Amino acid sequence: MNNNLKVFFNGIIKENPTFVLLLGMCPTLATTSSAINGMSMGLATMFVLIMSNIVISLLKNLIPDMVRIPAFIVVIATFVTIVQMVMNAYVPALADSLGIFIPLIVVNCIVLGRAEAFASKNGVIPSFFDGFGIGMGFTLALIVLGAVRELLGTGKIFSFKIFPDNFGALLFVLAPGAFIALGYLIAIFNKLQDKKTN
Amino acid sequence: MEYIGIIIVAILVNNIVFSQFLGICPFLGVSKKVDTALGMAGAVTFVLTIATIVTFLLQKGILEPFKLDYLQTITFILVIAALVQMVEIILKKVSPALYQALGVFLPLITTNCAILGVAILVIKKDYNLLESVVFAIATSVGFALALIVFSGIREQLSLTKVPKYMQGIPIALITAGILAMAFMGFSGIDQVFK
Repeated sequence: MNNNLKVFFNGIIKENPTFVLLLGMCPTLATTSSAINGMSMGLATMFVLIMSNIVISLLKNLIPDMVRIPAFIVVIATFVTIVQMVMNAYVPALADSLGIFIPLIVVNCIVLGRAEAFASKNGVIPSFFDGFGIGMGFTLALIVLGAVRELLGTGKIFSFKIFPDNFGALLFVLAPGAFIALGYLIAIFNKLQDKKTN
Repeated sequence: MEYIGIIIVAILVNNIVFSQFLGICPFLGVSKKVDTALGMAGAVTFVLTIATIVTFLLQKGILEPFKLDYLQTITFILVIAALVQMVEIILKKVSPALYQALGVFLPLITTNCAILGVAILVIKKDYNLLESVVFAIATSVGFALALIVFSGIREQLSLTKVPKYMQGIPIALITAGILAMAFMGFSGIDQVFK
């Protein structure tokens, strides 16, 4: 159990996919115009990560080594299709605002990366915790970035008003704000990590 | 006129990197030198155009008539992955010179979300085949433009003194943000073509 917790927290801080590994930049930048959008994207990715990790770790002895990458992609694409259909059915507004980035979870390097680096070498339970931890790290990063952009752009967090109405630089909700906010967040994260190790 | 509209919008207004956020990984990964940026841009243009044509024909020819639309994601990604392999093999045989120039970048392209993204966008926008091809080529020109401009800036940037924690990716992202701001200046041009 202790080991599993270590795997879980490893994904959140030490190997945080967004701030440390710098993977999956496209959805990170594109879907964080508000905290709630960032959170939904994070949760969708987390679901795909956990499920594909579980299935791949179960199938790892059946899949021949030569064709493992295509096999992984099929497993991942299946779960992405499930997410896509569920979101279209139950939360169409959210599916609209995330748009093309839901099918694009397939090409998110985090998911394939974890399948190749962890799930194909470990058992089911550690793989579950790895998917959960990495997914959580990704979700938290997206929420932080989404909240920062929403706060600077509109003065709200999760649509709760924090600053008066006419506050906010719209720039941060638009495309350039995504790059700039993420750049500064990574710099801050680097600094905090550095302090901790010294 | 219509096609000119598609081209200008895809290159400048809705630039794939700066406003659609597709293909950020190669954009940050191979933009340290102008030479590699050129190679990557060439490889993307090549694969993007072929992949868009193939996936478009698959969608219209097989998935839609048999009502298999829900298999879109799974089909497209497999076709693109196979296509990249095939392009690599054919290129190696037919044109070793081109393979030398693009070879290293080809395997990286499978996980480039720009390829799958454009394939899906074309279907979403309901373009016909010719419009799709024009859109795919214009999008790759937009990608090339972004990549080459950005790599030029990064070459200069590597000679300047950057605060310790901002080195590498953070300063690159902020540079990209300022470039994106510049590209925002083009918004509104698309109204002319409506």
